[in-house]
Amino acid sequence: MNIFENIGKTILHWVRVFFKSLELIIETLYWVFVGPFRKKPIKWGEVFAQMVFMGIQSIIIVFFVMLFTGVVLAMQSAPQLEKMGAVFYVASLVTISICRELGPVLTALVVAGRIGAAITAEIGSMNVNEQIEALDTMAISPVRYLVVPKFLSLFFMLPCLTVLGDASGFLGGYLIGVFNLNINSGLYLQTAFDFLELRDIYTGLSKSIIFAMIIAIVGSYQGLQTQGGAVGVGRATTVSVVTSFVLIIIADCILTGIYFFSDL
Amino acid sequence: MSDKKIAISAQNISQAFEGRKVLDNVSLDIYKGETFVIMGGSGSGKSTMLRIMTGAIKPSLGKILFDDKDLKVLDDLQEEQLKRRFGMSFQSAALLDFLTVEENVSLPLKEHTNLDSKIIRIIAKMKLSLVGLAGFENYYPSMLSGGMRKRVGVARAIAMDPEVVFYDEPTAGLDPVACAVIDKLILDLTKKLKLTSVVVTHNMESVFRIADRVGMLYQGKLLEVGTPDEIKHSSNPIVKQFITGALEGPIHLT
Repeated sequence: MNIFENIGKTILHWVRVFFKSLELIIETLYWVFVGPFRKKPIKWGEVFAQMVFMGIQSIIIVFFVMLFTGVVLAMQSAPQLEKMGAVFYVASLVTISICRELGPVLTALVVAGRIGAAITAEIGSMNVNEQIEALDTMAISPVRYLVVPKFLSLFFMLPCLTVLGDASGFLGGYLIGVFNLNINSGLYLQTAFDFLELRDIYTGLSKSIIFAMIIAIVGSYQGLQTQGGAVGVGRATTVSVVTSFVLIIIADCILTGIYFFSDL
Repeated sequence: MSDKKIAISAQNISQAFEGRKVLDNVSLDIYKGETFVIMGGSGSGKSTMLRIMTGAIKPSLGKILFDDKDLKVLDDLQEEQLKRRFGMSFQSAALLDFLTVEENVSLPLKEHTNLDSKIIRIIAKMKLSLVGLAGFENYYPSMLSGGMRKRVGVARAIAMDPEVVFYDEPTAGLDPVACAVIDKLILDLTKKLKLTSVVVTHNMESVFRIADRVGMLYQGKLLEVGTPDEIKHSSNPIVKQFITGALEGPIHLT
């Protein structure tokens, strides 16, 4: 019985988490779309400050992660394509898999680790130090004051970082293709862009918008739920990052399925 | 006392957390302009009582009336307007640590008024000098001592000129002199600004220094309410043991 009890409890817990996160999403959207018409404008100053922290300061790590992913992808696929005598297709393989799949997902995972953890740790430690309650008693909505700027900033910055990640991955593939596999530079570029279509880019970017919302909402939710001092903050941060990772992969699978079956 | 106007009326408040009863049928009237102290040991439910009065926790049973309005039935906008008439000073001061002292104090003004930023700065300076911290505007909370942080917390609590200020353990963790400073501050503010103060504490010295009336909570029940003198000469053995801090008596720590 104990196993079933535990399974039931875990399921109930996550169902509750799901509905509370849904509430948080609704409240966040309220402050984004309805709040400004009720004399509660969005704090753009704070949004821009967060954009610097989340976007600009993530550029280097996203660049290197995606550059090396492009390099590895080219190196791994080259021997296989060589057997078929089609080495120059490395260009299209790398470009399309980066733009459709690896760019959005890996960028989101890097950002979830860097930013999702930071969001949870910040809001969580404010929570255990009574600061969230203080905002509440001052009739300042913690969602509007803390969550909305982070949400909007990620919403704008993750797609930008994804474009950058796509470009870095492309560069990685190009470097291997031209300097190691001796594909002519012009041929590489032509093969890459011949097969790449605009929809490859925008399906990737539409994914990254969903991932941005996942990271912001999961991070903020775990922060607002934090209890139990420093240990609680640590635990919430771990849960936040792990949950974001899993949800990003699941969402990616679902979205890819939708694009696959609807011929997008 | 009966001729005084009631500021806050708590009626038959009961509260349970996950089946554990924290407050049991507590009724309490707090009059305008008085300093009311809720005392009790750790786990007596006094902090919960305070949070129910501020509206941070909705009680399982009973209601809080503020100006004859029930906190429970207000919509968001009314609740916000009501909350602006409260100030609260937290046990850990709860200052936002990414803001300076001045920004912390001016935060509620920025959020809830259309005042010019110059005027907000002047008000923040004024509030800070009321708590004796003029000149510390540009410090960050982490650069201040515990007592100073609490005073900034008080300055923030009175920033919006509230009618009622709640203090949660204002002297916890402070040295005796800093305690006395905070106590004097609470008294001064209550008189100067004609505030109603509700203080939760277990520091007996400050209870008798600041209280107009005292209520003793024990295991979620309100045992006794009276003036400090009445409490001092109480015949209730629990109250007696609590104010003298005797080891022998009906209160057992587990």
